[in-house]
Order: sequence, then structure tokens, then C-alpha cells
Amino acid sequence: MALTGLLPDFLVTRLDAVASLLRKHSLWPMPFATACCGIELMATASSRYDIARFGSEAMRFSPRQCDLMIVAGRVVMKMVPVMQRIWLQMPEPKWCISMGACASSGGVFDTYATVQGIDRFIPVDVYVPGCPPRPEQLIRAVLDIQEKVQRTGTIDAREFADRETYEGPTPLARELGPEQTIVAPGDYRTATRLRVPLN
Amino acid sequence: MPLEAATPVVDEDIAGADREYLYTLNYGPQHPATHTTLRLILTLDGETVVKAVPDIGFLHSGFEKLGEDLDFNQYVTIVDRMNYISPFANECAWFEAVEKLLGVEPTPRCKYLRTILAELARISDHLLCVGAVGLDLGALTAFLYAFNQREKVYDIMESASGQRFHPSFCRVGGLMNDITDDVVAKVRAFVKTFPKAHADLTRLLNRNRIFVDRTKGIGVLTRDEAINMSCSGPVARASGVTRDLRKDEPYLAYPDLQDSFKVVCAKGGDCYNRYLVRMGEMAESLNIIKAAVENIPGGPVNVDLEDKLTIPDKQATYRSIEGLIQHFELFMWNRRWETPVEEVYGAQETANGELGFYVVADGSGRAWRARTRPPSLIHFSIFPHLMEGHQISDVPAILGSLNIIAAELDR
Amino acid sequence: MPAYLDTLTAKFPGAFATSEFRDNRRVLVSAERAGEVLVPLLRCLKDECGFDYLAELGGVDYLNYPGATDRYAVVYGLANTANAERLFVKAFANDPDPELPSVVDLWRGAEWMEREVFDLYGVRFAGHPDLRRILMPHEFAAHPLRKDYPLRGYGERHNFRSVTRAES
Repeated sequence: MALTGLLPDFLVTRLDAVASLLRKHSLWPMPFATACCGIELMATASSRYDIARFGSEAMRFSPRQCDLMIVAGRVVMKMVPVMQRIWLQMPEPKWCISMGACASSGGVFDTYATVQGIDRFIPVDVYVPGCPPRPEQLIRAVLDIQEKVQRTGTIDAREFADRETYEGPTPLARELGPEQTIVAPGDYRTATRLRVPLN
Repeated sequence: MPLEAATPVVDEDIAGADREYLYTLNYGPQHPATHTTLRLILTLDGETVVKAVPDIGFLHSGFEKLGEDLDFNQYVTIVDRMNYISPFANECAWFEAVEKLLGVEPTPRCKYLRTILAELARISDHLLCVGAVGLDLGALTAFLYAFNQREKVYDIMESASGQRFHPSFCRVGGLMNDITDDVVAKVRAFVKTFPKAHADLTRLLNRNRIFVDRTKGIGVLTRDEAINMSCSGPVARASGVTRDLRKDEPYLAYPDLQDSFKVVCAKGGDCYNRYLVRMGEMAESLNIIKAAVENIPGGPVNVDLEDKLTIPDKQATYRSIEGLIQHFELFMWNRRWETPVEEVYGAQETANGELGFYVVADGSGRAWRARTRPPSLIHFSIFPHLMEGHQISDVPAILGSLNIIAAELDR
Repeated sequence: MPAYLDTLTAKFPGAFATSEFRDNRRVLVSAERAGEVLVPLLRCLKDECGFDYLAELGGVDYLNYPGATDRYAVVYGLANTANAERLFVKAFANDPDPELPSVVDLWRGAEWMEREVFDLYGVRFAGHPDLRRILMPHEFAAHPLRKDYPLRGYGERHNFRSVTRAES
């Protein structure tokens, strides 16, 4: 063995640290790509920028196999329940990157349909500014997530257990009068409800 | 407000005894093969799709309402994000309508620069479409090759405008700034190197057995259907419609460049033909760029300051009283442009088809209505027709060949 | 005057007006006549005058627009694939029940564009095979591109519950 003599025969460390070390170098991103940022996400994964150098190239479109959700692009009213469902389908421990101005704050789309930041509805760990962010910025965000995993991660993900309250920004005041109450799809548990006639 | 619109569609026929064996598959809105946010409700008989019902709107973010709130120059940034794989072409189409409304003719230099950059955008759009079809059908290498070339187009856009993805480069009556020689050099280099990449892509896909088998004869659209269903662009041209606005209603620098390109058409109307048309259009676009880049006229890139339409450059703003006044005029919220109380439709041939804008003006510097004619919406509406009787594995092939961009589809 | 306008004048005398701006020629159909005359007029343009291609179909809301008399308009942009000629047909509709006949029988491409106009403006199309909302959620009750609907909405976009970290 080439390493004989360089390393001691045994190391003392915490189990949490070992688990985090292993986790952070094998992040499996779930690309929740909706708009422009999705194309930059593809650019990050393809030839020039090659996210595989940082151990995060195993993109899986099934949320059940992933532990890092990258929300790339704006999320609108119709999409929020879908996003929440996908987030809930991912196994613990999991992290979330909000890529781009639209996902982080609504960006230029301050309109009736666009959600003003996904952090109002799901927890977010790292925000990436830019419209869209350059691939280098996304790679930086992945590195930041890796650092966060190393610093805060525990083997049984108990760091998430007591976070039971809403952690997003201060909720915006409702612009609604009582007679104007308009129902929008409100719950991720009933997200798929469109039924179509068969004829 | 009509509340009946809120009633969900109740299906009565689904319990019919003879159709009990059919089952429903929910495809999307987050699915690798849709690339963007589309949802399909497929009714399946085994592997055969009996009926496909698209459900869209998962990216409807109110572009057109924003168009009524922002002025003509500000709305460029939003238009960019419509078909986000060829943003510059969208800008040109938007200003085609706006400049028609204001009655301004861009300078020859501006026309040529817009033409060159829009054709580069067309190439990058087709590259992504072809690469993504390959990716979905199991030819990953083509995707990597295509993205490598897209990065070169990004570089050119970045040198010209400062932003690699959404250039936001056009302004009323011109461009944000003139280009440098560096851009011309990069375009020349791209013209030299792209044919090899194009040939590589052709070799990777044209006779790739799996690719050909999965696209040939799939999703056939006839010529009459293409016209009746309002198709345009490569989708219509693959079915034998010869309509191409660059030839039919030449705009920008295309009147001068008519001899340098041909309209690429095919007769088959299936996915393979749509792929071939896209590959052919890339080659023709390169011819246009080759002809245009050696003939860029000199002179100013913006129309004359006297016309009170363009934003003066920094030099004029700081050194001359006219420039300063005009800068104020265009940026004060209650001044801006004086528009006729009229409405106008302007369209250009973008990579996906005819992208038109119907602009209604009320005399202020903002559009009263900025209606987009989105090629993706129209092309996606033919999807159920194309899908009839095909297998579920043909869904990615057909979706990819139509090149649906969700932001343009839903706006 | 183009030949198709002669044909139209002969077949539908007094049913429409014309106007022109830059290179756009327009045929205007009033709100009162649109219900009966719109579809025959478009059919005539399609079958006899060569306008075989429906290039675009979009709505406009003219609430408080300078000089406007009718509230909604639907613009049909026609094109001739043989000689690349264009013509715009504009039909008006008014509250409280804006309705126009559907042209899906003439052009199947109109189906989704009419659904979009219905969704965003609330103009109903009589005879449309599947007039549902297309862009907005089905539970949504307003028509967002109307001028009396605010840009930022009435707060529907915040009407979701949050998922907390412990719950997920």
C-alpha cells in the first residue's frame, strides 16, 4: 500500500463527520428545471463546465433517488403544489438550492401568477442570484451545500427534527378583501385533480 | 365573474364497460422527457396511446400583463425569457412590431447586426432541439457535441452585449451599443469551425439506427393539416409548406441576402423530417451569417438622435443638452415615446416558427396590449393529433421534434 | 382596393368596416353583427379569397381606451400561404356576456388560441368543442388580462400552505 506510513493505522472521529463526508461527495441532484435556468443547469452538466468534477453529476429525475433539489426557474401558482409534492417525495436527509432570481424572489415577474420566492413554501438552503446564474455560480452553490453538509450534517438527520415552524421571509399582507376571496389550488395533497373525459 | 369556468370537467364515459381495460398515465409536469413543464394525461391501451390530453399553464407567469406595465425598452428583458433558447430572435420580433408602430426604420448597420445575431440564435435553438431529441432517444453524445457549439454562440452574445444568456441587446431604433471587432472575429471563427461540428452531428444521428427507427414514420403531419392547424416554422416546412417569412415578407437585412440562402423543406412530415429540416436550416443560417458578416455596413447603429426615439449614448447625454433632454424624455415615466393610437402586428421567422406581436398603443410609451403569437402553443396543440395510435415510447420523440418551450407556450 | 374586399362587399354589404395602418389591413365586425356574420365572413375569406392560414388569434380589452366604444375585441390574423398576403379581421364583444362564434370548424389551429382568450379575457366562444381554462388553474375565478384585474392579482399567489423542515 502506498499510503502505509503516511497515515496512522487508525483515526478517531465522529460518526456524524464520516457520514457527512460521504454524503457531501455523492450528492444526487434532482433538477426541478422549469425555465431559463434549466438550460443553464444543462450547460453546467454538459461539456464545458462539467459538474461531474464535483461529484454531483448523477442527476436523477425521480425524486425518490435524490437528496439535492435544484429549483431552476420561476415557479408559478399551478406549479407550487407539484413542487411541494416532489420535495416531500425526496428521502431524508435532503437539501434545496434555489437557482436564479425568479426562484429566490420572483425576479422580474412580480405578477398575479408567479410565486414571490419558493422559500415561502418549501425550505431552502442556498440561494443563487442571477438571471440566469452562470454555471460557475451554480458550481459554487454546490460547493456551499457540500460545506453545509459537512458542518451541520448528522447521521440520522436529527438537525432537521425540531424545525417545525415556518422559516421563510415575512409573509406578504393579503391584498384580498373578504368578498374577493378567490380560490386557487391550495394544497399539495390534492395537486392532481384534473379529470378529462374519454371520448 | 363567470364561476362555471371553475367547475372541473366531469368525465362520464370513463366507466364504460368496454373500456375498462384502459388506464390513465399522468406524464409530467416534472418529467425528464418533457424537459420543461408540460403535463400530458395519456389514456393507454397497453403501450398504445388511445388519447393524449395536454394540460399546460405550469409556467404561466403573466408576460403579457407585464407588457402592459413596462415600456417598450423595458419589455425586452421579458421578451428574452420567452423562447429562452434563442432569446435574441425574440427581441428582433418584438422590435419589428414596435418599430412598425412607431414608424421607424433601423439603420443598415443595425439591420445587419440584428440579422447576424438572430441567425446565431436560430442555430443555437436548433442545436438544443436536435441535441435534446438525441438525449431523449438514447444518443447522449450528440447532446454534448451540440452544447459545445452552443457555448460558442453564448461567447459571441456575451462579447456583443455583456450577458451570455439573455442579451437584452435591442433597443427602439437600434441596439444597446455598437459591437467591437472582437465580435466580428468570433463570428468569423464560428463560421469556420461550425461546419465540422455540423458534420459530426450529422454523422452521429443521420444514420444512427436507433435514432432513425424511433423517428421515421412517427408523428406524421400532412401539408393540409399543417396549414389548417396554423403550424409554422420547421414543423410546417417538414410537411411541405414553403412558407418562410424571411422569403415571403423579407425584413431586416434579408432583402439583401435573398441569394445566400434557400428555404429548407421536406415532404415526409414525420419526426425524422423535422430533424432533417432543422439540420438543413442550420447550414442555411450559416450561409446567411457568412454572407452578412463580410458585408456589415458602416455608419451609426442607432437612428438619428433627432428622431427622439433612441436612448442617447453616454457621450451625448453628458456633453450635449439635446442628448440630456432626450435621455430625460425617454426615462421619465409620464413622457417616453409618443405613439399613434393604433394597433399593429409584426412578425418574424424565429427558430420555432412565426413569432408575432400584436401591439395596441394608446398614445403613451407603453403598450396597451402586447399580445404574443407563440409558435410553441400552436405546435403543442397539434400534439394529440400527432400522438394518435402511437406507442408511449414515441412521446419523447414527438415532443422533442416539436421543440416545445414552456415559457413561450404559457407566457 | 384589393379583390377580396370587393368579394366581401358583394356578399356582406354593410356588415363590416375597413381600416388600415402601416401594412396591416383590417376588417372590423361590430359587436351586434358578429354573432351572425363573423363565421360566414371568415369562411368566405378562407374558401373564396385564399386566406387559408389562421396566423394568429388574440383578444384585447378596450376598457377606458381612448375613443373605444366596445369593450372586448378578438383579432383574427389571416394569411394567404400562396402569396403571403395578410388580413386582420377584428370582431367586437361586450359585457355582460361577451360571446363570439367559434372558428374551430374552419381552422383547427384556433382551438387552443380561443381557449386562451376565454381564459384570460372571459370571452366565450359559442360552438367551441372544449372551452375550458388553459393557462390558469381550473379553480381560478378571475380573468387576469382584463384591465380591471390588477397586475399583482388579489393575493392568489400566496394562497398556499408552507412545508416546514420537520414535516418533510
